[in-house]
Amino acid sequence: MSEELPPIPDDVSAWIGEQRYETVGEFDVERGYVFSSCASVENGNPLYWDEKVAQDLAGGVIAPPSMISVWFRPHYWAPNRTEQAQPLQVHFDLKERLELPEAVMTDNTIVFREPVRMGDRLKTWQVLRSISEPKTTKLGTGRFWVIDVEYVNQKGESVGTESYTGFGYRRAAR
Amino acid sequence: MTDTKLTLESVSAGQELPELRIPVTPTTVVLGALASRDWRPMHHDKDFAVERNGTKHVFVNTPHNAAYFERYLTDWTGPHGRLGKIRFRMKDSVFPGDEMVFHGRVSGVREDEAGCGWVDLDLWLTVGDKTTTECNASVAVPVREGDNPWTRRGDDWRP
Repeated sequence: MSEELPPIPDDVSAWIGEQRYETVGEFDVERGYVFSSCASVENGNPLYWDEKVAQDLAGGVIAPPSMISVWFRPHYWAPNRTEQAQPLQVHFDLKERLELPEAVMTDNTIVFREPVRMGDRLKTWQVLRSISEPKTTKLGTGRFWVIDVEYVNQKGESVGTESYTGFGYRRAAR
Repeated sequence: MTDTKLTLESVSAGQELPELRIPVTPTTVVLGALASRDWRPMHHDKDFAVERNGTKHVFVNTPHNAAYFERYLTDWTGPHGRLGKIRFRMKDSVFPGDEMVFHGRVSGVREDEAGCGWVDLDLWLTVGDKTTTECNASVAVPVREGDNPWTRRGDDWRP
């Protein structure tokens, strides 16, 4: 089955290692979302609720590390926006260009660096790291790819890197 | 949330974390989706989830899952615990009516070349007898009294 997949176009191969979709967050990191996130999982960590604890431990109020991608999810609606903005656009580009209509994320690794602080305006970009040869799994035949998402603050300091492994595929014949 | 400050010397490989049980309702799912700014309808619209995704109900999204694992870890470490790295493998979805049970076990304890104390953990989430998410995490904790992983910057922080 694997030979049915078209070859990887040269311009798609050239994406590997290239910084794509550099984006600045639509709003400053703010405490309201930190409270909403903590409330949604009943996280009572005083680092996020008590300013004195935050000052003593982290030099000021910070966001929970796991919120790193929250600061880039686009508003549901914005003036003059004609297309729905997509997080992880490289993933959707690969689906389209490799002619693989279905896709799943199989693995997500996040490395956390500088704490994200209130008032930070973060920037992100995506880097395609690899595309596999054709593989056949129980889902179908397709290709695995690895995409890194880099996050930096307004000082250019890395606050984290997310690495996603996706599998784009054509469904197995039933 | 405990007020205790876990230190590296008090942790050993094989140590188990206390279970955390969370009953899931539609509100749980929607709270997490909105808090993570995930407006996709399968996380708030049951008709869409059933008819378009073929699932039995709305389901917990990935960032909400991550926030639960972070809470589970720092409930155990206390506020000095600083998450360095986390890896997820989502195997199945979590729906209203499920009871999530978080589990954890220390897989290793180490001090890196910068003197930072690390606890490596295997974590997993079950619903009934099914494991829905597997996770590995590394969290920095004080090596001893007076140490604070949050003060580490630059080359002193090597997650």
